[in-house]
Amino acid sequence: MWKWLHPYAKADRAYQLCNTLLPYFAVITVVFMIIGWIWGLAYAPADYQQKDSYRIIFIHVPSAILSMGAYSSMAIAAVIALVWQLRNAELAVIAIAPVGACVTAIALITGAAWGKPMWGAWWVWDARLTSELILLFLYLGVLSLYHAFEDKKAAGRAASILAIVGVINLPIIHFSVEWWNTLHQGATITKFDTKAIDSSMFWPLMVNIVAFAGFVGMVTLMRLKNEILQREKHRPWVRQLLNRG
Amino acid sequence: MNPRRKKRLLGVVAIVFGIGAAIGLVLYALQENINLFYTPSELIEGKGPNKEKPHIGQKLRIGGMVVPGSVIRDETSLQVSFTLIDTGPLVTIKYQGILPDLFREGQGIVAQGVLIEPNVIEAFEVLAKHDEEYMPAEVAEAVKGIKHEKPKYNLESGN
Repeated sequence: MWKWLHPYAKADRAYQLCNTLLPYFAVITVVFMIIGWIWGLAYAPADYQQKDSYRIIFIHVPSAILSMGAYSSMAIAAVIALVWQLRNAELAVIAIAPVGACVTAIALITGAAWGKPMWGAWWVWDARLTSELILLFLYLGVLSLYHAFEDKKAAGRAASILAIVGVINLPIIHFSVEWWNTLHQGATITKFDTKAIDSSMFWPLMVNIVAFAGFVGMVTLMRLKNEILQREKHRPWVRQLLNRG
Repeated sequence: MNPRRKKRLLGVVAIVFGIGAAIGLVLYALQENINLFYTPSELIEGKGPNKEKPHIGQKLRIGGMVVPGSVIRDETSLQVSFTLIDTGPLVTIKYQGILPDLFREGQGIVAQGVLIEPNVIEAFEVLAKHDEEYMPAEVAEAVKGIKHEKPKYNLESGN
């Protein structure tokens, strides 16, 4: 059943797959980001209470969603790296980590910029903000743990274990606004029963989420290509590739 | 799946469940302390299974909805007072300073301050809590009957 996946365990096939996928991600990112930002920032109507300040939602929410999405993919790669001991999965963990750290930082910074005018404070130690900050530290922890080892095999294993342990934080982030009293508002998009966001704002938000997903995917693929090349730099296929280019 | 992989997979699952259970227990034990604020009913009736009430002079945060019509501003200073409600009891907040943009009657807020009487708090910080609803002004008018204009406050002298 999984036979068709087996060739991609080889570094050169995985490298080729990255090359094939990359243009699709690039096109999705560019098209959706242009549409999403112009639609969201210029054409979507202003909110009835927050006026134009709410527009930060078009960057804040996609980056927050992707910070958790990227972490889940990193953890899945980490499980594969530990159980099946595929080196490509290890490289994927380390390819995703800095990208995830960046979107998490974007979510935190845009959130602070919105919080100052709306709440009246840059930062509050409520459960949602604190758990998202912990997510950033987890990303940084995975990264620094990987780079702390001289032996890359041990490094990959240690980073993968930390990535898996950190998965516990994802449900805490998501449900923090329901389990505890927080200053951060509850979930908007996943509140299906009542319409919490008007469709004139919902659709540009969706476009932006797709754009961010494409962007995270694209940068991850580029990083993964680099990691594969670096790890395999003494192999003949890399030499060939370099000679050709 | 070959036995070695199975063993490793079990190891990973055990790590996740073990740590999940540990963190779950920690969060359960800290349940009351992770909440950012007291609600007015918790402040008046006590919080948790032991109905613990905060004592006078304690620094705390309180969150609730500003009772419409309760905002009283002093005409000559930034002094303002208002009442908070959640499900029943009322708590009065006194505050001197600039209120955030989103502060209005009927809006949720979180105030940090010192309890000076069982139901009066002298706040040094007032934060507005926004809800999860986003809509354009016209829709809000149609759905909620909210006119899009700056709210009016009752001035003490009836100005």
